[in-house]
Amino acid sequence: MRKLISSVSPHVHSPLTTQKIMLDVVIALLPAGIASVIIFGLRALLVIGVCVAVCVFMEWGFEKICKKENTITDLSAVVTGLLLAYNLPVEIPIWQAVFGSVVAIVVVKQLFGGIGQNFANPAITARIVMMTAFSGTMTSWVIPDGVSSATPLALMAKGDMSSMPSYLQMFFGYRGGCLGETCIFALLLGGVYLLVKRVISWHTPVAFIGTVALMSLVCGKDVPYQLMAGGLVLGALFMATDYSTTPPTKWGKIIFGIGCGLITVLIRFWGNFPEGVSFSILIMNILTPYITRLTRSKPFGVGGGKR
Amino acid sequence: MKLHGIKVQHKKNTSDLPPVRLPVPDEVGIPMSMHIGKPAKVVVKRGDSVKVGQVIGERDGFVSAPVHASVSGTVSKVEDMVMSTGQKVPVVFIKSDGLNEVYEGITPPEVNDYQSLVEAIQLSGVVGLGGAGFPTFVKLNVKELDKIEEVVINAAECEPYITSDTRTMLDKPDYIFKAIEACRKFMGIKRFIIGIEDNKKEAIKVMKEHAAKTDGVEVRVLPSIYPQGGEKVLVYNTTGKIIPKGGLPLDVGVIVVNVTTLAFCAEYLETGMPLIEKCVTVDGSAVKHPANVIVPIGTPIENLFEACGGLKCEPAKIIYGGPMMGIAVPSTDTPVLKMTNAIIAMDEKEATPPKTTPCINCGNCLRHCPFRLDPKGIMSAYNIGDGEALEALNVDLCMECGCCSYVCPAKRPLVQTNKLAKIKLREYINSKKEEGTK
Repeated sequence: MRKLISSVSPHVHSPLTTQKIMLDVVIALLPAGIASVIIFGLRALLVIGVCVAVCVFMEWGFEKICKKENTITDLSAVVTGLLLAYNLPVEIPIWQAVFGSVVAIVVVKQLFGGIGQNFANPAITARIVMMTAFSGTMTSWVIPDGVSSATPLALMAKGDMSSMPSYLQMFFGYRGGCLGETCIFALLLGGVYLLVKRVISWHTPVAFIGTVALMSLVCGKDVPYQLMAGGLVLGALFMATDYSTTPPTKWGKIIFGIGCGLITVLIRFWGNFPEGVSFSILIMNILTPYITRLTRSKPFGVGGGKR
Repeated sequence: MKLHGIKVQHKKNTSDLPPVRLPVPDEVGIPMSMHIGKPAKVVVKRGDSVKVGQVIGERDGFVSAPVHASVSGTVSKVEDMVMSTGQKVPVVFIKSDGLNEVYEGITPPEVNDYQSLVEAIQLSGVVGLGGAGFPTFVKLNVKELDKIEEVVINAAECEPYITSDTRTMLDKPDYIFKAIEACRKFMGIKRFIIGIEDNKKEAIKVMKEHAAKTDGVEVRVLPSIYPQGGEKVLVYNTTGKIIPKGGLPLDVGVIVVNVTTLAFCAEYLETGMPLIEKCVTVDGSAVKHPANVIVPIGTPIENLFEACGGLKCEPAKIIYGGPMMGIAVPSTDTPVLKMTNAIIAMDEKEATPPKTTPCINCGNCLRHCPFRLDPKGIMSAYNIGDGEALEALNVDLCMECGCCSYVCPAKRPLVQTNKLAKIKLREYINSKKEEGTK
């Protein structure tokens, strides 16, 4: 008779896999991608395609060279590619998009050990590198009718309220900005999908967006504009909820979200940059191990029992 | 505070099937260690003839249990064998004469006070039949009886597939309540709580009917969230009491006893027949007709499959107990033990462990741990051999329920790591003690 399999319990497992989680994130990002093509035209599709293709190729290539097990089927590189593309202006030169993708996958993710090991969000860090390296092309925005313009946040920073888009235009994404961040409606669709599928929990997005709303109110800013402008919704739903680079605990997520919100308004209202979402998430990424340690719950029955 | 857990598929396919008694096997192999503690000492030798209920292994040391012949016949050999726990223990093989003659010494024990009750339970050879195998008399042997506030009867049966406790509640409710009466009479315990998961509607009905006729018995219906039947979890969910880390239910004035163990105790007090047979659930994807069977202890598990219409295919994995905490056995000639409540035979598809991928820090493990441990943190600390961190992470609290491994999307062997980390932590604590004494 054949040899019986001998393995440690449990002998059953949930059907959930990393690949299924990443597939859900890809599905949740699709509405914003479709919106970007409708709003900014086919070039958006080109940028998205290039970023995804290069990210996946670099992941495959790096692991091949390092003789590591291939992980492209877990779809995490696809997610990184999508997120990076969504954080770029539609007119970004293709070679710069390629450069950003290489930075995201090779420098930020693989050099730290690949999926789950990187401490900073690859897409966000690559975006910040690109903002520093290509500050011209990274901040030249195209509004949907084809005329280049400043983003709502840049307009607000200059005090130019006359050329601001309406709330409705903002909600459906007809404004200048990175290609995947503008259509709030599409992003919310994706966010609700992730919440329903329990891929993400409400803690970080609510804490993040809530803090920005509260601080805007306190500082006398136009709250709806502050919430819909910039990359806040994209960041709060899809990047501040990244598993590898954010705390896994409930209170950790809330602290992470509040921290992101505070740093975002700090940069937006008093900093040199009009937008602070990327920086806020990166800074909080760095604090993540400490937040996790501080918010770990006390195990059951430790420190005495209760009659 | 709510304790976390997981929703597993119940697969209670056999709860409506009354147990079927199998024909006496040709030969049984009875290990001397079917309990926590020191193995019993063999008192028979090759060629001896034995009868049903006769002692073949004597209790050795305080925490130990006697072992009895489960069939009548001749001792064919006494051999050391490696058990699935890795322990090497003597096994007494008895060739059955098919007559099932009962040993002459079998008479109902005389119980008239607490001491004689404990003594009787000790002689019955009964151990925790929920799967743990802790000698029951040790549990009942309490120094300060008046500190016991309640007995929690574990009828949660939270593991998938297993229905042998459900059958006890349906088939032997009288014995359960006779045992309750005995505890009340001889131990002075006033409060009894029966904890049952809500997926056992029939059993709940039967228990409630009986409880209505008895003073001080509550039936607590609990949500079917695994591991509801974990000792500390059950005590907390039925009484609100928190058993301290490293402590026992006794520390909070509770005795926890499995429902089948309890029913057996009453049956023993009535008949004097020690623990020689078990009701076992036989199920799993490789089994043709899942069933509950009653077999003598020591019956090779392949006999059980034959009784269930055989197997659909060659089994790829066979488990003692449930799929969450059960132990994979090396071959089909391994015997049914005292605490065996189920034998699960899995086909290739069900048995093949999923592929392990890198941890993505999703936090599922720590959000589902009933004891709020951090399996991911433990894994990291174990991998770098950090004993101090393992101590701070309280890995020794882990009951190895398997929730973390179950929910992990990367299919990491977290329970396995926790088991290894516990050993590592013990080494660390010992070396720290040694340094202290130097």
